[in-house]
Amino acid sequence: MSNKLISQMGLPPSLSHVFAARSIITAKDALSLPEFDLMALLDVPLAHARSAVARISEIACPPYQTALSLMEDRAGSGGHLPTMLRGLDDALCGGIPFGALTELVGPPGIGKTQFCLKLSLLATLPACYGGLNGRVIYIDTESKFSSRRMIEIGENSFPQIFRSEGLAPKMAGRIIVMRPTSLSDFTDSLQQMKLSLLQHEVKLLIVDSMAALVSGENERSEGGPGRHPLRSSLSFLKSLAEFSRIPVVVTNQVRSQSKDEAYYHTFQEERKDNCQNSEKFESHLIAALGIQWAHAVTVRLVFEAHSGQKFIKVAKSPMSPAIAFPFIVESSGISLLSDEGIDVTGPEINTIRNQGQNILSQ
Amino acid sequence: MAIIKLLRTAWDMLSEEQMQQHITTGCEDLDHILRGGIHCGEVTEVGGVPGIGKTQLGIQLAVNVQIPVEYGGHGGQAVYIDTEGSFMVERAHQIAEGCINGILDNFTDHDRKILACQEWMQPNSFLSNIFYFRICSYTEQIAVTNYLEKFLKEHKDVKIVVIDSVTFHFRQDFDDLACRTRILSGMSLKLMKLAKTNNLAVVLLNQVTTKYTEGSFHLTLALGDSWSHSCTNRIILYWNANERYAYIDKSPSLPSASAPYSVTSKGIRNSTSHCKRVRMM
Repeated sequence: MSNKLISQMGLPPSLSHVFAARSIITAKDALSLPEFDLMALLDVPLAHARSAVARISEIACPPYQTALSLMEDRAGSGGHLPTMLRGLDDALCGGIPFGALTELVGPPGIGKTQFCLKLSLLATLPACYGGLNGRVIYIDTESKFSSRRMIEIGENSFPQIFRSEGLAPKMAGRIIVMRPTSLSDFTDSLQQMKLSLLQHEVKLLIVDSMAALVSGENERSEGGPGRHPLRSSLSFLKSLAEFSRIPVVVTNQVRSQSKDEAYYHTFQEERKDNCQNSEKFESHLIAALGIQWAHAVTVRLVFEAHSGQKFIKVAKSPMSPAIAFPFIVESSGISLLSDEGIDVTGPEINTIRNQGQNILSQ
Repeated sequence: MAIIKLLRTAWDMLSEEQMQQHITTGCEDLDHILRGGIHCGEVTEVGGVPGIGKTQLGIQLAVNVQIPVEYGGHGGQAVYIDTEGSFMVERAHQIAEGCINGILDNFTDHDRKILACQEWMQPNSFLSNIFYFRICSYTEQIAVTNYLEKFLKEHKDVKIVVIDSVTFHFRQDFDDLACRTRILSGMSLKLMKLAKTNNLAVVLLNQVTTKYTEGSFHLTLALGDSWSHSCTNRIILYWNANERYAYIDKSPSLPSASAPYSVTSKGIRNSTSHCKRVRMM
């Protein structure tokens, strides 16, 4: 829409020529200038500039629809990829939502990649088994994808399918693994992917992990005025998800909190002096990739460990309150120990804990 | 003399202000500190950390504006400008259902059954009164802001415009911050004019960022200092212990105050905690 040409908008020819003469070719060029600047640049009366802008805006504006027709449009496609973890699917009203970014964040080794492997498998399964009967693009930035492990998960979760001849290679054959070596590599692949997604019936896109792409690139903090390296990939990923109506799952890493973290607005000043709070915060981790990323994802699933157990916590979701489920990782992938879930409120929702896990004893 | 017509006395404006309409938020405590709800005829910015409930509030307002006049509402329509893809239509359906059930609860069983069958009392009817625009770039955001003038003339029942979020594309694509500031201020002037001329509420949802003030880093709303001057009203949604609170950060007529609220399956409602209290700052 922003690239629509002014020459094709049906403006009066004299005005059209003036735009072209001043190198204002697309709607974006015209609308990026305040009206006064446009008037001065084109040397036309303000009223003419205003009506030209109104006409250009009307054409560049995307079409609207009622929320009802939006719902009817989307009704056919199901809307969710069930994870087969009943408690989690109930909390998410069906599963991982289509057309939106779902983030998995947690400390290393907790099970994010295991979750992704299982999701990939689920997407390839025929619809009668709860799958999407489609291809999966798995973008593996840390070389963690293991076909052997995925087949093991398949054999243990769906023995009846995997025992039949030829089905395992067929399922595995639907998963396309890409290993970009840099952020620019990644963004280029995404651009190329846009058209082929629909052509090749891709039903799920997984990026494991997003944070790894960025940490290699640019050490500058997001609080600074410099370019955030992820900006354009972020909005592109979101629009890709919506445009193709597929689920997009992205994993994120964690980092420890620095003393420069901001937690409070200025009007909350008096609470900041609570020493007990600051001690508690130091032992907690936070998601990497910053607050801009946190705003952009639609669903955030936090994987954390405390009290001797691991939990999947629905930390951000438009459809459900925060709830945590204990889980374990076994041969069939991730299983929930309880489908009931524990309600989570307040600051607990966004903290990420990695305690009580004695790696050496496993 | 044309110029004299534009001047109004403060006395004339007082009677206008007293007749000002409000759109309920669904949470009585929040409505109370707002003296009725979100003000029609003005621009209100609502900002907060991710997950605090900005989109939830936006959808709630788009539903509540449709409450019929007989039941204390405006019987209006809503425009929802979605710049991030946060609008989940199933959630809007759920919130509409919650609103309808809230109205029905005020009636006896007998009357309720009759009322519930009416066509306009269906969630789908509420959804048909929300005009949804999906905006994918800042150019489109500017275009829709400009186009609204014509759209609103053709759809005179619209009483609220929600932009969710006003921030996203302006954080992504701009290299020249001075240009961004000029465009944002032009946009906010246009929105103020639309609000005033059509007597509708304009609600702009904003994200947070960090800023170094008073010796340490704090959360603040995005888009910079100039933008923070542009909006007439500002409400900040934040966490206080285990509760969600809304704080009136800027208003020409309301004192600063906080009220707790909660996000339930039916939408935005009063906080259910026993220790809730409305705090005046």
